[in-house]
Amino acid sequence: MTAPFSWIRPEPWGIHVVPADVWVDPSRPVPRALVTHGHADHARGGHGETIATPATLAIMHLRYNTNEGAVPAEYGERVTLGGGVSATFLPAGHVLGSAQILLEHAGERVIITGDYKRSADPTCAPFAVTPCDIFITEATFGLPVFTHPPIVEEIGKLLKSLTDDPESCVLVGAYALGKAQRVIAELRAAGHHETIWLHGAMEAMCRLYEEHGVTLGDLRLVSDAPSKEAMRGSIVIAPPSALNDRWSRRLPDPVTAMASGWMRVRQRARQRGVELPLVISDHADWNELTQTIGEVNPHETWITHGREEALLRWCQLNQRRARALALVGYEDEDD
Amino acid sequence: MEDFAALLDALVYTTSRNRKLALIADYLRRAPDPDRGWALAGLTGGLDFPAVKSSTVRNLMMERIDPVLWTLSRDFVGDTAETASLLWPEPEDAAPQPDLSLTEVVERLSALTRATAPQELATLFDRLDAKGRYALIKLATGGMRVGVSARLAKTAFAQAFEVAVEEVEEYWHALYPPYAELFDWATGAAPAPDLANVPRFRPFMLAHPLEEAEVDMAEYAAEWKWDGIRVQLVRAGGETRIYSRSGDDISATFPELLDVLVVDAVLDGELLVRGSTQGGEAGGAASFNALQQRLGRKTVSGKMLREYPAFVRLYDILLLEGTDWREAPWKSRRATLESLMERLPDSHFDLSALVEAEDFAQLAAIRETARDEAIEGLMLKHRESPYVAGRKVGHWFKWKRDPLLVDCVVMYAQRGSGKRSSFYSDYTFGCWDGDPDAGAELLPVGKAYSGFTDAELKKLDKFVRQNTLNRFGPVREVKRELVFEVAFDSVHTSKRHKSGLAMRFPRIHRIRWDKPAHEADRIEGLRALIKD
Repeated sequence: MTAPFSWIRPEPWGIHVVPADVWVDPSRPVPRALVTHGHADHARGGHGETIATPATLAIMHLRYNTNEGAVPAEYGERVTLGGGVSATFLPAGHVLGSAQILLEHAGERVIITGDYKRSADPTCAPFAVTPCDIFITEATFGLPVFTHPPIVEEIGKLLKSLTDDPESCVLVGAYALGKAQRVIAELRAAGHHETIWLHGAMEAMCRLYEEHGVTLGDLRLVSDAPSKEAMRGSIVIAPPSALNDRWSRRLPDPVTAMASGWMRVRQRARQRGVELPLVISDHADWNELTQTIGEVNPHETWITHGREEALLRWCQLNQRRARALALVGYEDEDD
Repeated sequence: MEDFAALLDALVYTTSRNRKLALIADYLRRAPDPDRGWALAGLTGGLDFPAVKSSTVRNLMMERIDPVLWTLSRDFVGDTAETASLLWPEPEDAAPQPDLSLTEVVERLSALTRATAPQELATLFDRLDAKGRYALIKLATGGMRVGVSARLAKTAFAQAFEVAVEEVEEYWHALYPPYAELFDWATGAAPAPDLANVPRFRPFMLAHPLEEAEVDMAEYAAEWKWDGIRVQLVRAGGETRIYSRSGDDISATFPELLDVLVVDAVLDGELLVRGSTQGGEAGGAASFNALQQRLGRKTVSGKMLREYPAFVRLYDILLLEGTDWREAPWKSRRATLESLMERLPDSHFDLSALVEAEDFAQLAAIRETARDEAIEGLMLKHRESPYVAGRKVGHWFKWKRDPLLVDCVVMYAQRGSGKRSSFYSDYTFGCWDGDPDAGAELLPVGKAYSGFTDAELKKLDKFVRQNTLNRFGPVREVKRELVFEVAFDSVHTSKRHKSGLAMRFPRIHRIRWDKPAHEADRIEGLRALIKD
C-alpha cells in the first residue's frame, strides 16, 4: 500500500496522475492529457491524446487546426484511464466547455478545478459542488480586495456610457474566448439588440459559441463597417491587446473599456489607459473561492495559480489543511 | 458625498483634459453650496485634517482584518486608501441611510482629534460604499492623485460659470474654502469680493517667442531674460506673499523675502540665488541649478539660507500704494519701478537692467553673448504695452539664445497619452561614453516628446515597432540605429542620471535618418557645455 494521494503528483508543468501516466493541463506536450478548458494556457497543442469535453475539443480544434487524438468526455461521464484511475468531467462555470476534473483512485477522490466561477453565466453550465478529499483550486483573484459585483451592474455601466455619449463608440477589451461572448450575451439579456462590432480575432469563437447554442444576436466585423460613422453610438469588442494599438485608430472617438476582474483596482485600470473599467471576470472572486472551499469541504486544499499566499493564509486562519503548488505557465494578466 | 465620490472616480479614469474640465464644471454647476466649495478645496489640496493620517486608516483596518491579508492586499493594490475602501467590512443588513453631504463630512473631519478619529472614521465608513470610502480617505489624508492641478480646477470653475479664469485667479488666493464669495460672485448672486487689504495673486503677463521677426528698437526696450523662477511679490494689509507663475503661494520657501518689502505693492520679477554664473560678477546670479536647491521646500534650514541666499530681480510693477498701474504703458511703470528702488533694500532686491542697443542688429550681436554669459536670452517689451494677463501678441517677446545641438541615438520609446495613445511618441536617447568603434556604450542623456510633425511621428512609430529589442510594459527598447539631432537650452550636472548630466528643455530638432549611429556625439562633448 502506497502513501495516501501519492498517485497524484504536482510538477511545475502540470499535475501528473502517476498510475495512468496522464497529465492535467500540462504546459508542454505529453502522450496523454486531460484538459479542463480551452484557454491557451491550459489547453496547449501537441499532445498525443487529449481528453476533454466536446466543446473544449471544438475550441482546441479551432485554435490548433487539428483534432488528432481528441477523446471527448461528456459532463458526468466516468472515463477509465487505466492504472485503476477514473476521471469525471464536471461543469466549472468558467467558459463554454470548462470542466473540473474529478479523479478517483483506490477510494480517494481528487478534484482539479481548472479555472472556475460561481456566478451565473448564460454561455456555460454552472459550477457543480462535488465532495472530494483533495480540492485543487485556482486562486487568480485570491485576495480579499477582489469581489466582483453582479454583472448586471457592470453591463448597466456600459450601456449608460453609450447613452451618455452617443457621439463616441465604446471599445470593450475582452478575452476572445468566453469573456467576449458572455459580455455580448449579457448585453442581449439587458435588452441591447443593436449591432455589436467585432475585432477579427473574435469572429471564429463567436461562431463556435453560436454553434453550441449560445445566441449572440447581430454581430459584424469592424473591418466590414461601411464607414467610421456607422460605428458611432455602438459597442465594439476587441481583445485587450488591441485597445491601445493602431487597430483602434479606425474607430470613431472610442471610450476605452475593459472587462476584467483586475479593473477592481484603479491603478490597474489607469495603467492600461482604461476609461471605463468593467469588473467582469470568469474567475471566482475572493468570496467565491472561500465559499467554495467551505462547501466542498475537502480534507485538504491545494492552490495552483494566482495569489496563493492569501488563500493559504485564509485556510490557516480557518483551520483548513492547505498547500500551495508552484505551477508555471498559467497566465492571468488579461482576465 | 455620492456625487463627489463619483466625480473623483470619473476623474481617475479620464485622461483627456477637456473631459476632465467638463466633468468638474458639470459638478460645480450641479452641486449645492457649500458642498461644491469643499469639493473645489479638496481637488486643489486646500484642505487639511491633521487628526487623520494614513496610519490612522491602517490601524483601523488592522483591527478588523488579519494583518497578513491586509499587507498582501495593500502591496498588490499599492494605495492605502483604495485598499481600505475595498476591504472595509460593510455592516450586514444595515438599514440604508440617507447620503451624507460633503459639507457634513468635512465638518465631522474638522472636529476630529487624534483620540476620536478612529471611532468617527469607522462610523463614516459604515455609512458609505467603497467609492465613498475612497473619496473620504483621500479627502481626509490629502493628495487626491486624480490628475487635476489647481490651474485645471480653476479653469473648470471659469468654464462652469462663464467667467474669466484670470479673475478667478485674482480672487482665489485671497479666499478660503469653501470659497462662498467666489461662488456668489460667479453665479451673479453678489458683486466681486472686496479684497483691497489681502495680499492676493494677479495673473502674470507672458511673452511670445520672437521667432524670425525683427522689432524696432525705438518701440521696444530690451532686458536680459534671467534664468530663475518668475515670481510675484505682493504686500497688502501688512503681509507679504510670494507667488509662483502658476499662482501657488511659495512664501514659506523663501522666508528671507517676507520682511523686506515695506511698501504696499505688487511686483513682478525673477527669483534668483546670489552668485556669479549668470552674467559673471556683474550679473550677480547663480545658475538655475543652484536655485533648484531651494525650490519645493516647506521649511528652510539656516544653512540653506546662508549657502543659497535668494533675491528678486525686478521686472515690473502692477500696483503701488493703492494705485493700479496695469493699464499704464510699460515706460511709465518702468519709471515708477525705478523710483521705487531707493525704498527697497538692495540686500534682497535689484532692478533688471535695460540692455541698450542702437538698433536690432546691435541687439542681435549682444544676444550672441548670452551663451557665454549663461543667460537664457533677451526679453523685448513694447514701451507702450499695458500689463495684461496672459500672452497678447505684439506686447512682449522672449528671444532666447540659440539652442545647443547634439546628435543622440534613440534607445527607448514609450507610448504617449491622449491623442498619441497608440503611438510611440516619447523617446529616451543617449550619447556614447567613449569611442563606439572601440566598444563604448550609450548612456541616456535625455528624453523628449516634441519637435516632430504628425507625419514624422507615424514614421518614428513604425521604426520603433520594427526595431524593438525588448518590451518593458509601455516601454520598448530599440536597436541603436536612429540618430536625433536634439536641441536643448543648457546642460547641468545631475546625480540622478548615470551619464551625470541633465539637459534643460530638450526637444527633437531633426531626425537624422541618414546618419549612422556610431557618428552620434559623445558624453564628453556634452559635459564640456556644463555651466553650473
